[in-house]
Amino acid sequence: MSMSTLEIRELEVRVQTENGPKDILKGVNLTIRAGETHAIMGHNGSGKSTLAYTISGHPKYHVVGGSITLDGVDLLSMSVDERARAGLFLAMQHPIDIPGVSVSNFLRTSVTAIRGEAPKLRNWVKEMKGAMEALQIDSAFADRNVNEGFSGGERKRHEILQLELLNPRIAVLDETDSGLDVDALRVVADGVNRVRATGRTGVLLITHTSRLLKHIPAEFVHVFSDGRIIHEGGMEVASLIDEQGYEPFLGARS
Amino acid sequence: MGITDIPRKDHAVNLAGIALADLAVPTGREEEWRFTPLKRLRGLHELTSAPATTIFQVSAAPGVTVSTGAVDATHYAPADRIAAAALQLSAGATIIEVAPELVVSDPIVISANSDQLSVGHLRIRVGQHSRCTLILDITGSGTQATTVELLAEDGAQVTFAHIADGDRDQVLSGQDHIRLGRDATVQHVAVTLGGDLVRLVTTCAYEQQGGDFEALGVFFTDSGQHHEHRLFVDHATPHCSSNVAYKGALQGDGAHAVWIGDVLIRAAAEGTRTYEMNRNLVLTTGARADSVPNLEIETGNVISAGHASATGRFDEEQMFYLLSRGIPEVEAKRLVVRGFINDLVQRIPIAELRERLLRRVETRLGSHDPRYDFDDEGNSAE
Repeated sequence: MSMSTLEIRELEVRVQTENGPKDILKGVNLTIRAGETHAIMGHNGSGKSTLAYTISGHPKYHVVGGSITLDGVDLLSMSVDERARAGLFLAMQHPIDIPGVSVSNFLRTSVTAIRGEAPKLRNWVKEMKGAMEALQIDSAFADRNVNEGFSGGERKRHEILQLELLNPRIAVLDETDSGLDVDALRVVADGVNRVRATGRTGVLLITHTSRLLKHIPAEFVHVFSDGRIIHEGGMEVASLIDEQGYEPFLGARS
Repeated sequence: MGITDIPRKDHAVNLAGIALADLAVPTGREEEWRFTPLKRLRGLHELTSAPATTIFQVSAAPGVTVSTGAVDATHYAPADRIAAAALQLSAGATIIEVAPELVVSDPIVISANSDQLSVGHLRIRVGQHSRCTLILDITGSGTQATTVELLAEDGAQVTFAHIADGDRDQVLSGQDHIRLGRDATVQHVAVTLGGDLVRLVTTCAYEQQGGDFEALGVFFTDSGQHHEHRLFVDHATPHCSSNVAYKGALQGDGAHAVWIGDVLIRAAAEGTRTYEMNRNLVLTTGARADSVPNLEIETGNVISAGHASATGRFDEEQMFYLLSRGIPEVEAKRLVVRGFINDLVQRIPIAELRERLLRRVETRLGSHDPRYDFDDEGNSAE
């Protein structure tokens, strides 16, 4: 597989609210290459999640300026499922219940969609069981309906299970640490690190604390505020946020 | 239960034996007609003179006799004016009798195909301790009112599937009246897919102790279709059980599904077990499901009694989640609908009917990619 690059240029995004249109992203520039791990850190409401959902193509977010390309191909002209088949993955902060659809059926269908052909049964069962064991997910989980009645930790493990099985070129992880206790966080981080270790996936971690970054070190840390990136650096930026919050960066902007 | 509801037990008693001319033509304000678009019944609700009588073809099987004879409404309580009309205006009854102590392995298929207006009556008697499966399938683009009387004698075990899968302009209305002898078991299966308007009333009367009635229903209601299922289970004898489970998916503008589940446990019906459930999945805006369970209990001595009703929407966020995993929209809907109805489909004991049902539902959801066909073990179908 060639080394993939996601390029976001001058991205501007608007949503419709009860009070009329509202600009959320105001010119975002970001380049993520396969094998790199980036973190976007910012307050709640700074627009981080909007960026994640816009990359995936959620219909609520309207791109009014700029571009997103994957290996030079325009992502914005693609539907949500086409983007996923092109190699994008979004681990959601609040994964949705899908009544009537079992985890095993869901995983098999999405793997078929992403790989372009149905996996052979023998290989597939082995692969799914192995991936579940690595994330300490009980095998009975496969028969449950997707996200229905899942605890917060189960939802996040299920997202990372999909990440490992779908093997995307670019993975966006939206607040993956929220709602996880220490042990669950380690299990989930190990899963992400296995994907990182392949060197074939570019990872974008979206978080408001440095908690996740203690387990998943990022080479690039971007500070996000009011719909744009206001500072960039390495892990020292996360450490500074840990100690002093976002105040030093917000001051620097004005 | 709405405050305007008329207790069904009184209603049924009132209707039996009244001449059609004396039965008021429904206006749409009556409780049993308030959900039905009367204009689309093509006059079925206001019949006064006899139209043609439906001709039923019945597949042959050893020990099963088919004849025609007079309509005998002695044991029939018509639920509404259309059922009363079918009983009183049918020129005769098609009578199917299954000998006692017999196991009929192949389904007995009762079919009719008509593009006309007709009324018909079927009387089915399954002898003591016999086991059989019957499938009623009226196709075409006609307008049919059909009443069925199914008597399962002592210890008989019967599956009766009522399929409504006619042309898109078909109008079907009628009543299946089930009578259970001592320790008889009847499974009634309603599969409603086609037509412009389908209105099926299923009534169940226990005549002895120990009867077991199961009513399964699966429907797929598409743009512009009206599918109405009304059930009345009358527990009048001790130690009987009933289990009603209906699931439907709806999509498109003007799709309307109605489910009314009435269960009455009379004072004499001690030791009753009953549960009724209806779940609907609304796939798009513009579709509407009405679901009204109603349980009346007149004895303090029941083993269990309950009901559940829920209508859920397959919404944009659920679709986004599936799409974001690369699953195309048609496959996503198929996955969801199949998953939703699967537990009921698996309880239908007729393989051909299960396959037909799933195939028809999937066709309605759009053209589908065979790469996503998996068998039950999770294998690729190829």
